[in-house]
Amino acid sequence: MDWMQSLRLAAPEELLSISGLVLLLASAWGQTAKDARAVNWLAVLVLAGAAAMVAPTLCQGIGGEAALAFGGLFSADAFAAFAKLLIFAAAGASLLVAPAFFERHGGYRAEFPVLVLFAVLGMCLMVSSTNLLTLYVGLELNSLAAYVLAAFLKADERSAEAGLKYFVLGALASGILLFGMSLTYGFTGTVSYAGIAAVTNAGLSKGALFGLTFMLAGLAFKISAVPFHMWTPDVYEGAPTPVTTFFASAPKVAALALTIRVTIEAFGGQTAAWQQIVGFAALASIVVGALGAIGQKNIKRLLAYSSINNVGFMLVGLAAASSEGVAAMLVYLAIYVPMTIGGFVAVLMLRDESGHQLEAISDLAGLSSTRPLIALGLGSVMFSMAGIPFFFGFWGKFVVFQAAVAAGLLPLALIAALGSVIGAFYYLKIVKVMYFDEPAGKATGHSDMVHDWLLAVSALFISPLGWLLTKGLGALAAIAAGVLFAAT
Amino acid sequence: MTDLPILSLMLLVPLVAGIVCLVVSSQTARTVALAATLIDFALGIVLWMKFDVGGAQWQFQESHALFAGFAWKLGIDGIALTLIMLSVFLMPICILASQSIEKRVGEYMAAFLLMEVLMIGVFAAQDLYLFYIFFEAGLIPMYLIIGIWGGAERIYASYKFFLYTLLGSIVMLIAMIWMAQQAGTTDIPTLMQYDFPVDAQKLLWLAFFASFAVKMPMWPVHTWLPDAHVQAPTAGSVILAGVLLKMGGYGFIRFSLPMFPEASAHYAWLIFWLSMIAVVVTSLIALVQHDMKKLIAYSSVAHMAIVTIGLFSFNVQGLEGSMVVMLSHGLVSGALFLCVGVIYDRLHTREIDRYGGLAINMPKYALLFMLFTMASIGLPGTSGFVGEFLSLSGIYQVSSWVAFIATTGIILGAAYMLYLYRRVVFGEQKNADAAAMPDLSVREWLMLGPIAAAVLWMGVYPESFLAPMRNDIAALDARLARAKPESDAKLTMGAPKPHEETAHEGGAH
Repeated sequence: MDWMQSLRLAAPEELLSISGLVLLLASAWGQTAKDARAVNWLAVLVLAGAAAMVAPTLCQGIGGEAALAFGGLFSADAFAAFAKLLIFAAAGASLLVAPAFFERHGGYRAEFPVLVLFAVLGMCLMVSSTNLLTLYVGLELNSLAAYVLAAFLKADERSAEAGLKYFVLGALASGILLFGMSLTYGFTGTVSYAGIAAVTNAGLSKGALFGLTFMLAGLAFKISAVPFHMWTPDVYEGAPTPVTTFFASAPKVAALALTIRVTIEAFGGQTAAWQQIVGFAALASIVVGALGAIGQKNIKRLLAYSSINNVGFMLVGLAAASSEGVAAMLVYLAIYVPMTIGGFVAVLMLRDESGHQLEAISDLAGLSSTRPLIALGLGSVMFSMAGIPFFFGFWGKFVVFQAAVAAGLLPLALIAALGSVIGAFYYLKIVKVMYFDEPAGKATGHSDMVHDWLLAVSALFISPLGWLLTKGLGALAAIAAGVLFAAT
Repeated sequence: MTDLPILSLMLLVPLVAGIVCLVVSSQTARTVALAATLIDFALGIVLWMKFDVGGAQWQFQESHALFAGFAWKLGIDGIALTLIMLSVFLMPICILASQSIEKRVGEYMAAFLLMEVLMIGVFAAQDLYLFYIFFEAGLIPMYLIIGIWGGAERIYASYKFFLYTLLGSIVMLIAMIWMAQQAGTTDIPTLMQYDFPVDAQKLLWLAFFASFAVKMPMWPVHTWLPDAHVQAPTAGSVILAGVLLKMGGYGFIRFSLPMFPEASAHYAWLIFWLSMIAVVVTSLIALVQHDMKKLIAYSSVAHMAIVTIGLFSFNVQGLEGSMVVMLSHGLVSGALFLCVGVIYDRLHTREIDRYGGLAINMPKYALLFMLFTMASIGLPGTSGFVGEFLSLSGIYQVSSWVAFIATTGIILGAAYMLYLYRRVVFGEQKNADAAAMPDLSVREWLMLGPIAAAVLWMGVYPESFLAPMRNDIAALDARLARAKPESDAKLTMGAPKPHEETAHEGGAH
């Protein structure tokens, strides 16, 4: 009976793994572009199915004992459900835009959706982990799929380089994380979050503190927070754009949710030990992300720095170490995902006459007169990322600041807010290039229907209409965060 | 008050029209924009008619809990009413003044209509965060207006405008979050009665000051204004000078003064010093300008300094005077920018030296330009006089020295405005092309005529504008009474003269 219960709780993950395996088999036979497209659509359907299975957990606010499966190794609670929904949405969007891109670069292959499915499965394990072992298994499953995805364009030098860089640095990060985990295990004698919490609540030994620090360093790699962000611009630039879309959205959600779980569930009793680390990483990410983006000439690199910057703002919410702060992070994530996807979809839509992707910022010149709708979409994304109100991106920053102020972190909130002004500068630059400069007339190629629709949906979400969602979004995020805090 | 949500309607009309403008042809966009702004002006008049002078402090209130953490809450008092009227009055004129815009007309009109929504929103918002959203969102359309349709240096100017104002207001946002958590409400009328601890007040005041001082703009953070004005298209300058600068003054009168009275008194001297420097320095700078728009921009900084001096004099005259200066400056500087626009459209230069002797070929233009010049100087009978006189008499009660220095601004104002007028309108006709310019067209009459009428109305019978805000100013004055700074006049009552002596002297005559 207990096993049945566990299997039922992990049903979305089972669906993902079984369909991943079946589609992998199918792709061994179906090698034509048409088959690949079919597999792609099936993968999207699987993701939608998994989302439908997860949604009730979030709405009912299931948490605590009722959500624990496999003897406490895995928790299908509302918090995980919130993150999973975002991951599914992000992965689905990345899959939708992929075929058109790869068909122009030597043909689409069915392995792509399969790899994405396995990466998503790894992420699901990450966000559901209640144990250092689940954490590591999930993380590696996700990472291994991701390394291959980054190098998916075998013939393209930049893609191969991105894959290699990602692999070497990712392996290093995993090593650091493992080292931290082993220290934590050594000094607390357990690998379950609840066990670690029980030991550290009484007091944090030096060794466990070292363990915590190394674990946070490893996680900072995965969320690309400063000072472990160096790989991000190179990988984002080199990886095929649909893969970058995926990297910038889904794994970010998973790694951040994982960081929340580790800090709150395992070290929730010792907030003072990690608050400073997180606060520093937050401010450093905001400032470095903003300053680094200013000189960029490639839009994908710029968006990479922008994602570093955004992670910084989310970490401000974590630094608050309160239920409100975690809820604010989740709201931010829920706004960040469509914003990022909108941005990358707009980049994907920029093609010249012969269908080549345009990535240089100077190619965007005068886009507002040649392709007004793309310009409008990308412009909204930029203003939204800059956090200028009327666009929904402001709300994410706002709730995060609110949580930080409520937690008494006034200086942190103030410096973060001032950092957002630096960030505004380069977002404005994109708007300036698109709207003020004379048309370069390069982006003339046509885009696909799917791209149009995705951009339209994300633009609508971050438009002022998004404000109407604040209540529902806030309530769901509060449920998800509440579950996490009820457990500790 | 009324079942019709008139404030929401005033926000909705330009918003819908703005979206329509994006998709229609340029000629239709012009018509749609003009119609929408006229409808909004008509709604404004209805608002003014229905406003119950001497009635409840807050009227036309609407409240819907649409969002998490804050509400869609609108409502106005007399102060907001007059500023909304100013906005809706100037908007159709701006649309008329945009005839010379030829590229991307639809987007231009949409940006202006969005601007109108946000301006009305700022003055009508009764929720702290809603106010901030309107306040801050105004940056986007103005950035686009300056950047797309501006002059040669437009990109630098648009960046400067955007980043300066954003930097100022982001600090205010953090202060607002703290305030809302401290007071447990985001309702502005409630917060206006809430007493924050004095130490906290001082920090909060500085945070709000950072935002409003940039917006106002006060010396030394005024440097974005001349750039933005010079580069913006004519109508953009009108809106910038006419309404956007008033948001700073409105901020002081709505937030800084009633919410932090003690801190306001504590920092009054900071305001006085900055304003005194501004009055003298920017007036002197205006005197040596060769560019007409730059000259008027610097004069705006000087006039706004009179506003801040009046606001922080903590008495009824000063507060009323500041409000009238704001309204008057909104009309007059708007009209002056339009006057510059009229000749700029003909000759495409703002160099003062390229003109001269316009009184000969453009007598009607010369007449109207004269009226607005005089109003800017503050000649009795025009709106400028009423406001400046009240402000200065307000500050005189607090400090005669501040009043003395501020009054030099009037003299210097006369100097630079008359000097401008002499160089442009009088003298010889140096350039053949300037001498050949035709006089005002019907469209230009329609733009300048109503403003001229309003300027005279406000100058001759200011009661129409003072009456709606009288109770609000009195309430503010009562709120500020406990923190009122001491006057430097130190009046001592003389001993009464013996009764018999007066009688005796009276008898001698």
